Amino acid sequence: MRNIWTIAKREYDNYFNSPLAYVVAFSILLPMGIYFSLIMFVSSQQAMMGGPAPESAPINWLFVFLMIFLSPALTMRLLSDEARMGTLELLLTAPIRDFELVAGKWLGALMFVLALASLTLVFPLIINNFVSPGIDWMVILSSYIGMILVCAALLSIGTGISAIFTNQFAAFFVTLGLFFFLWFMVSLPANYLQQGGDVLNYLSLSTHFSQSMNNGTINLGDVVYYLSLIALGLFAGTTAVEIRRWR
Amino acid sequence: MIKVSGLTKDYGARRAISNLSFDAQQGEIVGFLGPNGAGKTTTMRILTGYMPPTDGEAIVAGYDVVEESLEVRKRVGYLPETVPLYTDMVVFDYLKFMGELRKIPNVDARVDEVLDMVGLIDRADGFIGNLSKGMRQRIGLAQALLHRPEVLILDEPTIGLDPGQVVEVRELIREIGKERTVLLSTHLLNEAQNICDRVLIINKGKIVAEDTTENLQARLIGAERVIIRVRGEADDLASAIKQVKGVQGVETKQDGSVEFEFASGKDVRPEVAKQVINSGYDLIELRPLGMSLEEIFLELTGSDNKKK
Repeated sequence: MRNIWTIAKREYDNYFNSPLAYVVAFSILLPMGIYFSLIMFVSSQQAMMGGPAPESAPINWLFVFLMIFLSPALTMRLLSDEARMGTLELLLTAPIRDFELVAGKWLGALMFVLALASLTLVFPLIINNFVSPGIDWMVILSSYIGMILVCAALLSIGTGISAIFTNQFAAFFVTLGLFFFLWFMVSLPANYLQQGGDVLNYLSLSTHFSQSMNNGTINLGDVVYYLSLIALGLFAGTTAVEIRRWR
Repeated sequence: MIKVSGLTKDYGARRAISNLSFDAQQGEIVGFLGPNGAGKTTTMRILTGYMPPTDGEAIVAGYDVVEESLEVRKRVGYLPETVPLYTDMVVFDYLKFMGELRKIPNVDARVDEVLDMVGLIDRADGFIGNLSKGMRQRIGLAQALLHRPEVLILDEPTIGLDPGQVVEVRELIREIGKERTVLLSTHLLNEAQNICDRVLIINKGKIVAEDTTENLQARLIGAERVIIRVRGEADDLASAIKQVKGVQGVETKQDGSVEFEFASGKDVRPEVAKQVINSGYDLIELRPLGMSLEEIFLELTGSDNKKK
C-alpha cells in the first residue's frame, strides 16, 4: 500500500509541473464558471416571477461531461510515457508489484481530479447563500460521490489503456473514443431493440450518474457499476504491464 | 550471490541467450564482455527481475528471480544501459522517490550520502534534464547504490563519462566490489581488464570464455612477446639477446627494434635488460607486446564472423 502512495504522490506532484494539467484545469473550470453564472442569472430572473431556485446538479453534470473529453489527457502519458522514456525499467526492477504501480498511477490522477472537484464546491456554497432555507447538502454529497465515482472509473480505464501503448497520443485517442462510445453511443440502439435494451442502458456511463446519484439517489447497482469499471481498468493495466515484461 | 544455470531467453523466434551458466561470489567484480547484441543486457534484465527467462534458473542474493522476484529486486541495484531518468524532476526528489519505493529509512540523509559518493551533491537542487550525459550516468549509479544492495548490476557504467570521471567511477565500483557482488557489462576491454576480477566473454548468447583476465591471456598465448628498442645503431642487438637463456623467436624489425618471446611464467626481461646494457647499448624501451584483451576477444568471437 505504501508503494501505491509513493507512486501516487509523485504523479500528483508531477501534474503541477506540466502545462497540460493547467490546461485541463482551465478547460474545466472556465466553462463551469460561465455555466454557473448563466444559471444564476437565469434563476434570478425567474425567481422574480416565482420560478424555481437554482440547482447545482447541472454544474456537476457539466464537470463529469467535460471529464469525458479531458480525462484522457490526464491519463494518456501515465504509463505510456514511462515505457517510451525507459523509466518503466526502473519501476519494474524496483521492489513493487505491477498492480501497485498501475494503482499508484491511477490514484495520482484521481487525486488531481479530486483537487479540481474540490474547487467546484464554491458553486453550491454560493447557491446556498441565495436560497432559503439553504440547499439540501445530502443531495450535494450524493452528487459529489457520483462525480468522484465516474471520474475514478474514467481514470482507471484511461490508465489501463495508457499501459498498453508506448505512444501517448495513441492512448489518448483510444481512450477518448472508448469514452465517447460508452457515454453517448452504447445506449442509442436501446430504444429500437425488442430485447437487450436494458443491458445496453446499463452499460452506458451516463445513466448511472445523471439519472440517479446526481439527483440524490444512490443505488447499489450504480456504485457497483463504477467500482467494476475501476477494477476492470486497473486489471487491464496490470495485465498490460505484465505482458510488457514477457515481450 | 549470483548463480545462473541453463538460462535461455527467446524473443519470438530469435534466441537472445542460450543455455547460459555462470556464478559470481560475494566480493567479486565480474565483467560481462561481448559485442553488441550478444545478450548482455538481456541477461542483466533477467537477473534484475525485469523480465522472466524462457528457460533455466537464476538465483540472485539467495532468491529465485522468477519465483521470488520482489525479494531479488529488494537486494539488487541496477543501472540500465540507457540510464532512464525523469528529466522533469529535481535530482534530490528523484532519488528520494526511488528511495521511498525501496523503503529506505532516513531517506533524505541517504540521498545526500550517495550524491556525495558520486560527486553531485552540489547539483542536488537542479533539474535532471539540465545535467550532462556523464552527470546523468552518475545519478543512475547513485540510484543503484541507494539501498546498499548486496548485488550491483551495471550495464555499461562508464559510457559517456569523461576520462577523469571514468577513473572516479571505476574507483567507486572497485570500492563497492570489495564487499558486494558486482556484475558489469562493458565493451571497453581495458575497463574489464582494469576493474574486474573475472571476465565472462559472451557472443551470440553463449559464454565463449570465462576466467580471470590474466589466465585468459596466458591460456591463449602460452608465450609472452616483448619489444626492445635502443638508441642509435642496433646491428648486433639480436645476437646479444639470443645469448640470454630462455629467449626464443628473436626477430629484428625494419625500424631497428627487436622482438623476442619467452615462455609464460619465466620472465627473462631483467636478464635481457642487463645483457643489452652490458653490450653497450642505450636501452630506451622494453615493452611487453602481450596479447591484449582486444586480441583475445577477437580471437574468441571472431572465428564465428569469419565463417559468414
